This record gives sequence, C-alpha cells and structure tokens, in this order.
Amino acid sequence: MAQSSRSSLFSAALIGPALAGSVRKLDPRQMIKNPVMFVVEVVAAFTTVLFLRDLLTGGENLAFSGQIILWLWFTLLFANFAEAIAEGRGKAQADSLRRTRTETTAKLLTGPAAAVGGSRAAHTVVPGTSLKVGDVVLVEAGDLIPSDGEVIEGVASVNEAAITGESAPVIRESGGDRSAVTGGTQVLSDWIRVRITAAAGSTFVDRMIALVEGAARQKTPNEIALNILLAGLTIVFVFAVASIPSFASYAGGAIPVIVLVALFVTLIPTTIGALLSAIGIAGMDRLVRFNVLAMSGRAVEAAGDVDTLLLDKTGTITLGNRQATELRPVRGVSEQELADAAQLASLADETPEGRSIVVLAKERYGIRARDMVALNATFVPFTAQSRMSGVDLEGACIRKGAVDAVIASVSGQPMATRGTGAALAYHPAAGEEAAAEIRAIAEEIAKAGGTPLAVAKDGRLLGVVYLKDIVKGGIRERFAELRRMGIRTVMITGDNPMTAAAIAAEAGVDDFLAQATPEDKLALIRREQAAGKLVAMCGDGTNDAPALAQADVGVAMNTGTVAAREAGNMVDLDSDPTKLIEIVEIGKQLLMTRGALTTFSIANDVAKYFAIIPAMFLGLYPQLQALNVMGLASPQSAILSAIIFNALIIVALIPLALKGVRYRAVGAAALLRRNLLIYGLGGLLVPFAGIKLIDLAVAALHLA
Amino acid sequence: MTLNGWIQIALFCAVVLALVKPLGLYMTRVFTGERTLLSPVLGPVERGLYRIAGLDARQEQSWLGYASAFVAFHVFGFLVLYAVLRLQAALPLNPAEQAGVAPDLAFNTAVSFLTNTNWQNYGGESTLSYLSQMLGLTTQNFLSAASGIAVAIALIRGFSRASARTVGSFYVDLTRCTLYVLLPLCVVYALFLVSQGMPQTLGASVEATTLEGAKQTIAVGPVASQVAIKMLGTNGGGFFNANAAHPFENPTALSNLVQMVSIFALGAALTNVFGRMVGDERQGWAILGAMGVLFVAGVAVTYASEASGSSVLNGLGLTGGNLEGKEVRFGIVASALFAVVTTAASCGAVNAMHDSFTALGGMIPLVNMQLGEIIVGGVGAGLYGMLVFVIVAIFVAGLMVGRTPEYLGKKIEAREVKMAMLAILCLPLMMLGLTALATVLPAGLAGPANAGPHGFSEILYAYTSAAANNGSAFGGLTGNTLFYNTTLALGMLVGRFFVIIPALAIAGSLAAKKTVPASAGTFPTHGGLFVGLLVGVILIVGGLTFFPSLALGPVVEHLAGAAGQTFATGG
Repeated sequence: MAQSSRSSLFSAALIGPALAGSVRKLDPRQMIKNPVMFVVEVVAAFTTVLFLRDLLTGGENLAFSGQIILWLWFTLLFANFAEAIAEGRGKAQADSLRRTRTETTAKLLTGPAAAVGGSRAAHTVVPGTSLKVGDVVLVEAGDLIPSDGEVIEGVASVNEAAITGESAPVIRESGGDRSAVTGGTQVLSDWIRVRITAAAGSTFVDRMIALVEGAARQKTPNEIALNILLAGLTIVFVFAVASIPSFASYAGGAIPVIVLVALFVTLIPTTIGALLSAIGIAGMDRLVRFNVLAMSGRAVEAAGDVDTLLLDKTGTITLGNRQATELRPVRGVSEQELADAAQLASLADETPEGRSIVVLAKERYGIRARDMVALNATFVPFTAQSRMSGVDLEGACIRKGAVDAVIASVSGQPMATRGTGAALAYHPAAGEEAAAEIRAIAEEIAKAGGTPLAVAKDGRLLGVVYLKDIVKGGIRERFAELRRMGIRTVMITGDNPMTAAAIAAEAGVDDFLAQATPEDKLALIRREQAAGKLVAMCGDGTNDAPALAQADVGVAMNTGTVAAREAGNMVDLDSDPTKLIEIVEIGKQLLMTRGALTTFSIANDVAKYFAIIPAMFLGLYPQLQALNVMGLASPQSAILSAIIFNALIIVALIPLALKGVRYRAVGAAALLRRNLLIYGLGGLLVPFAGIKLIDLAVAALHLA
Repeated sequence: MTLNGWIQIALFCAVVLALVKPLGLYMTRVFTGERTLLSPVLGPVERGLYRIAGLDARQEQSWLGYASAFVAFHVFGFLVLYAVLRLQAALPLNPAEQAGVAPDLAFNTAVSFLTNTNWQNYGGESTLSYLSQMLGLTTQNFLSAASGIAVAIALIRGFSRASARTVGSFYVDLTRCTLYVLLPLCVVYALFLVSQGMPQTLGASVEATTLEGAKQTIAVGPVASQVAIKMLGTNGGGFFNANAAHPFENPTALSNLVQMVSIFALGAALTNVFGRMVGDERQGWAILGAMGVLFVAGVAVTYASEASGSSVLNGLGLTGGNLEGKEVRFGIVASALFAVVTTAASCGAVNAMHDSFTALGGMIPLVNMQLGEIIVGGVGAGLYGMLVFVIVAIFVAGLMVGRTPEYLGKKIEAREVKMAMLAILCLPLMMLGLTALATVLPAGLAGPANAGPHGFSEILYAYTSAAANNGSAFGGLTGNTLFYNTTLALGMLVGRFFVIIPALAIAGSLAAKKTVPASAGTFPTHGGLFVGLLVGVILIVGGLTFFPSLALGPVVEHLAGAAGQTFATGG
C-alpha cells in the first residue's frame, strides 16, 4: 500500500493541499490544542490590531512593525504546514484505501441457511452497508467480502492486496488461526460462510483510514508531558518578558510592544511546539509504511520503552519448519537402508517434516518417489496417542515417530496393525542394544537443538532421522543489536527444554520459555510487568489473545484470528513476526525526535537573547552594545533577523520531524552523548550563524 | 588573585567533601530508623516525645498527609512566633526593655524565620528581646531547618520506594532530625564557638569606657547557641545586625572557616543520604558533582572580580582589589568565598556587604539565588530544589535515548513534569514579578539607596533573596517599610511552600510507581555526561529566565564601570 510515496517527503501533490491546510488550521479552535502556538497566535492577532490602529492614527516605525507581524503569522503558517504535510502523507494512503472500499452487496443467509452446513442457495442479496454484527453471509469466488468477519464454514483463497499490498492469495478457513477475513478483500476460489463481526463504518479498513488520516489521533502520555513542559517554559518567558517594561521604566525608558512581542515569541519553544504533532503523525505514518497499523499512538510510544521481547521460535527465530538434514543408522544398518525405509514411511506424509525426508532421500541417496498404490501400501497417519506414523506394506511394516514411542512399539507390545495384518516381530536381545544406541543418538541430536525421529521396520530399529530447526540468517546479529539497546529477548517454544536451550544458544536470545502453553506466556508477561518492565510480543492464534491483551505492545498478525486482532494494539499486515524489532526502533525514533527537537529549541534561545537584549536596551544603556557579540547591523535588523530565523528554522526542520532522528543501537550513554552534541551544542551554535546570515541579508536588502 | 587565596578555597572544599560520607551515613541511619551512636541516650527522649504527643511512630503518611502536616505545623509555628514578637514587651527575658514589634515587621520576621529565610528587616540587638531571639527565632531556626530536611527525605523516599502509598511521617522525620542531627551538632558547635571568643550569656549589655573616656554600650547575649544553628540550619539570621562580620559573631579566622563549612555540611551530606537511600551512592556524588561545578565556577568569578577590583577604584589609585565593605580581618578571598557559600546554600549570613562587591562579584550571589539555591542549597531545600531540576533535565534529554525518561528506575511522566514546572515557575514569578512591581510603585522606589542599575540590583536582590529563602541582603535597601515587609514576606511564603508542596506531590507519585530495572537502554545518571547535562539545563533554564534582569542590573553596571561611568544618587 502506498509503497511508492516513500521516495519523496514533499511531493507536489502533497504541498498544494498542505498549504491550504495551513491557512485553515489558523482557526483558534484548532490552535488551542497546541498551547505554544496558540499563544503565538494570540500575540500575533493582538499586535496586528495595534498595527492597524497605528496605521490609521499614524505611528512610528510602521515598516518595521509590519515586518515583525508578518513573520509572526509566517511562524504560525509554517507550524500548520508541518502538521498539514504530515497529515497529508497519511491522507494519501487513506485515499488509496478508500478506493478499495467500494459499495458491495452481500449474500445474506437467514434462518436455517445461516447455520453451518445449511443450504447455500437460500440467500438474499442485500447492500453491504446494511449488515449487522452477527449476520451470516455467503461469499463465493469472485465476490468481495462485504465486511470484517470470521469464517464459520468452508475454505477459500482470498486476495488481500487491498490492505496488504501483497497480491499472492492467502487461504482463509473455518476454525484454527486463519479464520478472520477483512471487508474489501476478494474471494478468488471456492466459497466461505462468514459471520460478520463489524458493523458498517467500524470495520478494519474504516479504522485504518481514521488512523492514517490522523482523525483518531489522541495525544500520547509522553506528548502530554512534553506539552506541559513547553507550556511551563512559555509561562516562565511570560514572566521574563512581562517584567521588562517596569525594569525599563526604572532605567528611564520604554520598550515598544512590538519588540517585547518579538523577544517573547523567539524565546518560547516555538520550534518544538510547531513540530510536535507532525512528529507524532509521522511516527504512525512510518509504521504504516512498514505495513503495521498501530491502534493508538500510545502503543507506538510504548514500543520505544519495551524492555522484553517475547518471540515465537517458529517463523521468527527459525524458518517455519524443521527439516531432515541427516540420517543416523544404528550399527549394522546402512544409511541407504535407513533412507529407503524412512522414505517409504514418509511418502504419504504431507507434513513439512515428512516431505523434507522424501527430499533428503532423493537428493542424497538417489531414492525416487514410489507409487503407494503399486506397492499396495497403506498409510498409517500420526495420532496424538501413537505419536508415530508409517506405512504397512506387503509383508512389511515401517514406523517413524517420537523416539520413546517407536522404541516402546518394538519392545514387546505388538502393535495393532491394519491392512495386511502383519504383526511386528520381536527380537529381545538385539532390540535392547539397538534401543540403547538409538537413545544415545537421540539425546545427542536433542542437545544440538534438533528433533530426533526414530525409524523402525518390522520390529527392528533402523536408526534416527535428524530433523533440524534452521535458524534464520542474520537473526543473531539482530538480537545482539537489541541487547545493545537494552532489550531482553525471550524465545517462546513448545519444544522440550533441551532442544529449546540449544536453539536459544544458536540464535543468541537471552532466555527461553520451553514447552510453553498460553498460560505460561501470560504468566511470563505478568511476571516481567510486575518487575516494572514493558513487554512486547506478537501472536496470531485465539489462544494468544489473553497474552496479546496483557502485553504492553501486542502485535497481531493479519492472518490471525479476529480475537487475536482485537486483543493486540497493533496489526502487522504482512504477518511477519520479525517486524517487532523494527516496531521497537520506530517507537524509539519517535521519542528521540521529540527530545532532540526540544533540546534544539531550548538551546536556540541563548543566541536569540544575544541578538535581542542588546538591541532592546541599547537606547537605555549604550554600554550593552558589548553584548552584541554577533555584530548585528542595527537594533531593528537584529530583532527582525531573530524572528525570521525563528520562523525559518521550523521549515528547515520539517524533514527531520517527518523522517525522524536516526536510531543507532549503541547503548543509551553513547546515544545521548551523540544527540546532545548534535542537538544541544548544535542548537546553541547554529542560530548564532543563522541570525548573523539573515542579518547580513536584511541589511543588504535595507529591510531594517 | 593569589595562590594563598586558591589554597584557602581548596581547603574549604576538601573539608566539606571529607564530611559528606560520615555525616551522610549517620543521617541515613537516623532517617531509616536504624540505631545510631546516640540512640541509647536519645531513644527514650524520642519515644517520650511521641508518647506525650500521642503519636504512633510507625504510622506513615501519604504525600498529601505529609504536606498537610507540614502546612499545619507551620501555621501553628507562625501564630506562636508572631504573638511572641508582638508581645515581647510584656514577656520575660527582656533586660534591654525592647518594645513590642510593629505588626508589619512582626509579620515579615515571623514569615522570614518560619521559611528558613531569616531576612532581617530589624536590627537584632536593637529590636528583639532575648526571649524573642531564643524562643521565637532560635526555635524556628531549628524547626525550619528540620522541616526542610524532612521534605527532602520524603522526596528521597519517593525515589527509593516502589509501589508504595506513603512517604514517611512528617512528625517523626522532624523529631528525629532535630533530636539526632541538629541538637547534638549544635551543642558541640556552640561550645567550639565559645572557645573562639563568642559570647553566650543571658546578662544585659556590657558597659565599656573607651580610651577617650567615652561610655560605650556593647551588646552581648546568647550568641553562640544561635550562631550554631544559624549556620548549620542555613538560616543566616544574625544575632547582631552586622551578622558574621561582627567580631562577636565571627571572632577568628578559624571560626570563619568553620562557619562556612557548617553552612554546606548538612546540605552536601544530604546528597550522600540520597545516594545511600536509593541504593547507589554514585547517584548522590553525581548530584554533588553538578553542585560542585556550579559552585567552583561561581567562586572563581567572584574571587577574580573582587581581587581585580573595579576600574573606577583603580582609576583612583586603589589597586589590589576591592576591599570596600569587607571586614579587613577576613580579606578578599574569605569574603568572596563566604558570599558565594552563603548564597549557594540558602543561608544568607554575611561577613561582608554584598552591596559593595564589584558588579560581577555581586552578580554571582544574585545568580546563585535566582537558580533557586540548588548549589548545595538550604538544608533539604537545596536537594529537593536540585531534584526538581533533575526531573526537567532528565525529561528533556532522556527522550533523546529513545525511551520514556527515567530517573533511578522511575518513569518521569506528565504528573512529575507538571509539579516540577510548578515549583520552577513560582521563583521567577516572585523574583521578577515583585521586582517589576517595586520598580514602578513609589513605595518600592523609596527603598534603594543607590540610583541607576545598582539601585535596580538592590531591589532585585531583595526579592530574589526572599523568594529563594536566602535572607542575605545586598544592603542599601531600606526594607522596614509596610510595602517591603509585606511583599518580601509574600515572596518568602510562595518561594517556600510552592516549591515544597509540588516536591511532596512528586514524592507521592514517584513512590507509587514501580521501579524499572536499569538496562543498557537506560541513560546512566551517575557519570560526567549527566553532570554536564544537569549543569547545562540549570544554566540555560535559569539563565534564560533572568538574563534581561541581569543585563539591566549587574551586567550594565559592570560595562558602565569599565567605561568609567558612575550613577549619581538621585534620591
């Protein structure tokens, strides 16, 4: 979605509406949300009235006052422009979303037809907007899904490009973790019966539009605190400036109101005040560009504060599935023989592990696929009780599965077999020896983080298939980076502790939770939170919902269930759990940008004082010329240059506010030193140069 | 400037630093309720006091309870002190037969001692009876110091506790501070001062016959006991009008050094108490480090400026530094150091006339107070004032590490920022607001003795001193008028209570928070980077607020003086 707009910050299409927006935002009812800029607007309006009065009655220095007032209004417009352009970028995305939300019709099922297994023919066609929560609709190949819902029957391939930008269709089916469908997406094949979970106007796409447009934007806790600080500083400067007239009268003079206003506006933190909301909007926007939707700004901020990251092993740390990488026969059995048996047992096994065995047998041992029917073979599927699968052939019986289950099956209890009825023979002495060997191999594999799969043929143990979890490339470096950021990673897995420990060591996570149940996850999150830590996790299943809701940052996968999506405070449209790391970085970037611009804004004041104070008091005490360290041309040009600098710096910093300060995982102390140097010291020095340059231009143009 | 001068300054710093750890350890034990060396003697006294008051020492208070107790205690203290001052003529221990104090002066004086300011619009020996001095003023010297320390301890508890609803008991903290810390130290200290030649008597004045045969009345009294607490408790109210420049109030060079050290002793040690109570002494050293940087810079400017004198004096052939208004017994370095110490801490005792300092030399005491007296500061007040600045500094810069700012594991959020800003705002409001008022009203303009920027500095100094609860005066200003008595008292009240109440509110909200364990992502607050950051924020926020007023006062005076221009007294 809108991937192309990443290239430029200010495309021509955005600037036009943003300019109009900056004028519209001058409305005081909107301005009051931003205390610093509201104060600027009040003094700008006040001085404008004074100026108009002077214009009629004929006052002095009208050209100078006029220019100052003009720049006051420019300051406001620049601030509004920053906000408008940030919103504009979101709006562009919202528009592309809105185009997908065409008027749909729905095939409403009522009465018995609504029930699972009911008739599909008895539907009535109604407008999509008339659907209520709980209605059941039929969606067939070629139909748009009318609203958000949950598949209650059927399987279909769905094109979700409208929201994810990904054109490859995804499977949606009832039950399980892939049952959620989103309004506006299209069913490509088959049919599904969908129970509607969102009323018109509150669907996922509607919420997305509201979020990216900034309509649903609320101030985040940190933003509120920063606003209080800025308001406080503004009041401090009210005191500093408001006391000047009486000080001046003591010294036997008077300071023109316009000069006091200029000093006041340059001192109050207008730079950060102007850019604060743009920074927030841009932060949300950066997430959207990553195809992550944050349901609130609070969640984005919390992401920056995360201390502990819970990551599912499968799909995040390791590639989706375990793969057979090696065959380890017991003594007296050749690899070829083991490969032959393992391949036969796996031919009909459609699990990824089973398929990887067939692939391994073909690639390393040259064993081709064989026809099960020709062999008169019967597939014995895996069950939770037997914990084995296999195949029964003419006169042979092959099993593969959990080591202890396979050993148990050959050591005594003849297994009930189907098909030919060939019972497994029992070889006590040889069996004991082989079992011991198999256990030794299995333990070795488990210690290395793999999963052992024992293979037996006709009651004789042949060996072990080594299924390995493949850790994703580069993930170790990512975790090292997180550690430098001060974030602890915890791997969540259903594996046994020994396997989990080996993978944890290989991937370089800080800790792991083995044989994790949803309750364990929830308990872990609560434990971390009790210790004052913020926890982030991602999940997709319904059983993840409580943990997602409990976590401070819960990222639900778009492929997940409705329950998971409701529980999380972010949704990843690409369903890529590794993104959690980027989300944390974006959160940090948002906070850093605010801090950097606040520091810069406050540090700027030093130079502005040195520009305005000597200019202001020169009439009273000519000695104060010594404070004019910049050597500005005249008192009027000094004041004008300061106010012009104050306005232009806002525009100059808009790109930084939108792009954000770059985050580097170098640890807090180093990061702070670097940022203090750039934005603190830089903020101190830059305006000296800037004001001087503007003063040269002002003097050259004879503006003052 | 001389090497000898710098050695004196270094010696002073070394003695203060050496006291930090032992005093810090002792005070930590006192405030955490552990046994101390003095417990066998004072324990029964403490328990007896609680029994009389019907107080359960284990019953702690929420921040609101603590603040209410603080306010109630001060209202009561004010009423008693005001009554004593007004009625002193009818009360015992009045050998010099002083009359009752006028209403506005009594109000000003009562507020002044209540708030640990000790601004003196009266002449001690010529206005007050011994009862007023001892029962009224000395008592408040103890209690205002103890209550300042109590507030600091409550704020420290805010940082050191997690998920707690209480911040301690005000009455217990007050009692323990007075009983275990202030009283024992003062007894020893007063005896030392007597050994240096300071009077301690309830007898009336001494009659002396001068060499010319003239009769002279020399005021004496219970001086040593009051001076001990005046220094240790950073009160500053002198027994004599000339304060620590008076030979009876500061007899020797040794007493001068010890008095300066005693001003800083408890305030500096409290940073160590802070470090110990939050479980990391380095945190306390970092705070003291920031204070130290600002202090040494201030001393350097004042000393350099006083030692080089003013160009006007140099023009008259008076080289070798500015000795005007200085006690020759102490000389330039001890006077400059004393001035910086007394204004860095909220003491306000003086051994020289700050009014007679050079423009820049006199600016440093002014700046010290404008920053809110956080450089060591008043006992307790310096620490909680500094911690308020720490919160602002951490909030601004802490964001730059990409996390919600944290200090000692406590997240700094909207409520803390709001309260910190409230505490910071009330000082410029009083200092600048009241100065602005006084510089336009005839009643205010009648005050200063000098014209031009120096007269402006006198007014600014007075309100700054009042709002910062310092109590030192620039001299020159006629403060005992209805206008100044009232407005200065207002400044003192706001400067005390409107910092303390937000500080306690911060304590309450911090105590209720969880403590986030530190990680590589947390910004370390015990190193040089933090010290530099804190100093920078203090100078920028404080400096920006007062830059215009300083430019119109000391800065312009300095520049004019350098050009040889003086300002005639206009009236």
